[in-house]
Amino acid sequence: MDPLLFVLAFPLLGGVLLALWGDRERAGDLNAAMSLLTLAASVWLTAIVVRDGPLTAWGEWFFVDPLNVFLVTLTAFVGFTTSLFSRPYMRIERDHGKMTPGRMRLFHSMYQLFNGMMLVALTTNNLGILWVAMEAATLTTVLLVSVYRTPASLEAAWKYFILCGVGIAQALFGTILLYLAAERAIGGGEGALLWTHLAQSKHLLDPQILSLAFVFLLVGYGTKVGLVPVHNWLPDAHAEGPTPISAVLSGLLLNVALYAVLRCKVLADGALANGLPGRMMIGFGLVTVVVAAFFLSRQRDVKRMFAYSSIEHMGLMTFAFGLGGPIANFAGLLHMTVHALVKSAIFFAVGHAAQKAGSQVMEDIRGLLKVSPTVGWGLMLGSLAILGMPPFGVFASEFLILTTAMREAPWATPFLLVALGVAFAAIFGRVQPMVFGETSLRPLAHPPALLPVFVHLGLALMLGLYIPPYLDGWYRQAAQMIGG
Amino acid sequence: MCCWGPEVNSLLSQSINLFAVVLLVLAFAMIAQRRILTLIHLFTLQGAALAAATLIVGYLTGQHHLYFSAALTFVLKVVLIPILLHRVILRLNVRWDVETLFNIPTTMLIGIVLVIFAFNLAAPIAGLSTSIARGTLGIALACVLLSFLMMIVRAKAVPQVIGFLSMENGLFFAATAATSGMPMIVELGIAFDVLVGILILGVFMFQIREQFDSLDIRHLEKLKED
Repeated sequence: MDPLLFVLAFPLLGGVLLALWGDRERAGDLNAAMSLLTLAASVWLTAIVVRDGPLTAWGEWFFVDPLNVFLVTLTAFVGFTTSLFSRPYMRIERDHGKMTPGRMRLFHSMYQLFNGMMLVALTTNNLGILWVAMEAATLTTVLLVSVYRTPASLEAAWKYFILCGVGIAQALFGTILLYLAAERAIGGGEGALLWTHLAQSKHLLDPQILSLAFVFLLVGYGTKVGLVPVHNWLPDAHAEGPTPISAVLSGLLLNVALYAVLRCKVLADGALANGLPGRMMIGFGLVTVVVAAFFLSRQRDVKRMFAYSSIEHMGLMTFAFGLGGPIANFAGLLHMTVHALVKSAIFFAVGHAAQKAGSQVMEDIRGLLKVSPTVGWGLMLGSLAILGMPPFGVFASEFLILTTAMREAPWATPFLLVALGVAFAAIFGRVQPMVFGETSLRPLAHPPALLPVFVHLGLALMLGLYIPPYLDGWYRQAAQMIGG
Repeated sequence: MCCWGPEVNSLLSQSINLFAVVLLVLAFAMIAQRRILTLIHLFTLQGAALAAATLIVGYLTGQHHLYFSAALTFVLKVVLIPILLHRVILRLNVRWDVETLFNIPTTMLIGIVLVIFAFNLAAPIAGLSTSIARGTLGIALACVLLSFLMMIVRAKAVPQVIGFLSMENGLFFAATAATSGMPMIVELGIAFDVLVGILILGVFMFQIREQFDSLDIRHLEKLKED
């Protein structure tokens, strides 16, 4: 009995089942049930990895180590809570006439396949399959972003497809170059793109090829991470797609893309030994943080604003991994976790708020506390958490990143501080009138599922106050592995 | 494996360069082509040249998985995707559409600069490759960049998609030129993604047409920063 098999099989099976099942009464429940099964399998997998250490499966085609096991659990967890949230949310969207039965079928089926593809990307040992799974995840989300078939959503999906298609083509070229280097170092064939093999002989890889390959891989997968200047697809896709998709795009897909960059960085670092990959990531990350913070302050659409906030945080993580070393890597991994939890919680609250107002424009959303205190408090606490207020986990990770930056790259800290300040002023200033004040909002037809919001925020709070020893151990091992 | 003698083999290895040049010329021709139907013909030709080049590399190096790769390229890029594209333009009634392109000479000049850049970038890497087609890595990269340029300058949906596919051709050629071909499973996965991608794009084109009454991408510029 292999838990990894179940982790990968449940969402793929769910995708097929839900496509056949169609838009019946219980499709939303089935969707949540498949996600719950995936989560259970991934917890089982985690328990085995905790007990026995890293494992490879099926002739080394798949592997689980400290770096990906926590991302697998996080992906399955947020996948499950988002499926809970999407049950009432999509029902309300259908009542509003935005979803037809056919679209509901597409939504549920693609949601499961999307989760499945992310899990394949996370657990595969083969860098070529990683590319294939990333592209497949893009394709499923393209369909999800365009599901409303409005002109704006079609535009967002087209842009998403073309831009990410071009980006991921760069990553494919990088992968080809990596294969070239591997052929020279450890011989060609099916095993040459296996990450575990490459990592063992990374110092043998040709530095000239690897530096060029890493440029292509960083720009390619960086497009999916949302790094400036190739971030344009991200705000559109987040704003025009259904909110559950915004939540999993921000919380999960960006993480998976960053994970791909990290895997490649380990190899490039081993081959180059001159710190070039780290410096490139510092540069890209810093530009991303600053540009996103200033764009963020100019938004009127609430989902666009939080999409820019995601770009900002992905930039911050890229910066942290660029700095490298045990502390910055630890902070980067922690930030990946808390950002995924908090940002998806915010999107859950924002989704219901926008449904109440019938608009995503922030001026139309007023006085949430009066109509539904839970949505209001969820949004307020989520915003405070994402802005790095103690005692939430984002504070801990940002604090660690900033203190490391002061030591390793002091010139970068003023930029970071200014960007964080601008983001704080912008988000806090916008969210406050949305939550407090007078209201003209109407109640919802179906009671919203807000438990996920508070579970996510509770976990982020816990990670800010206390990191359980086994989680701490994982982060440390993973941080060690990324090195740099 | 060589039953034809050394002269034929040397002729064949030179023909790899020939096919590489054909790919490059076709990439330039696509940038300058205004008619959508001709564009699809050019794309089909490019796929055929790619399949032929892969076949020859496979024969000369005795790597039999390249035969399979060539067959895959042929089925996908010479048969399936062109058929799909023909059906799409027929049903969208844009078969005889002519696109107005501005500044073809300037675009061509930018293209030449891109080719020089690609050759310079690829030269040191190609020297490290052991593939018999290593001299063509620069051409493959140039094809990728030229398709990229085509996607930027085109304002209609169908040419943009053809640019995307032509970029995929360049990448496939790069894999053959730089290495002895990617592992089979990866190649299959990529082919699958391309096929699904083109199906989705085809559906999109109908939806875009329905919403905007046109396939002009310039309509898709409403989502701007305020």
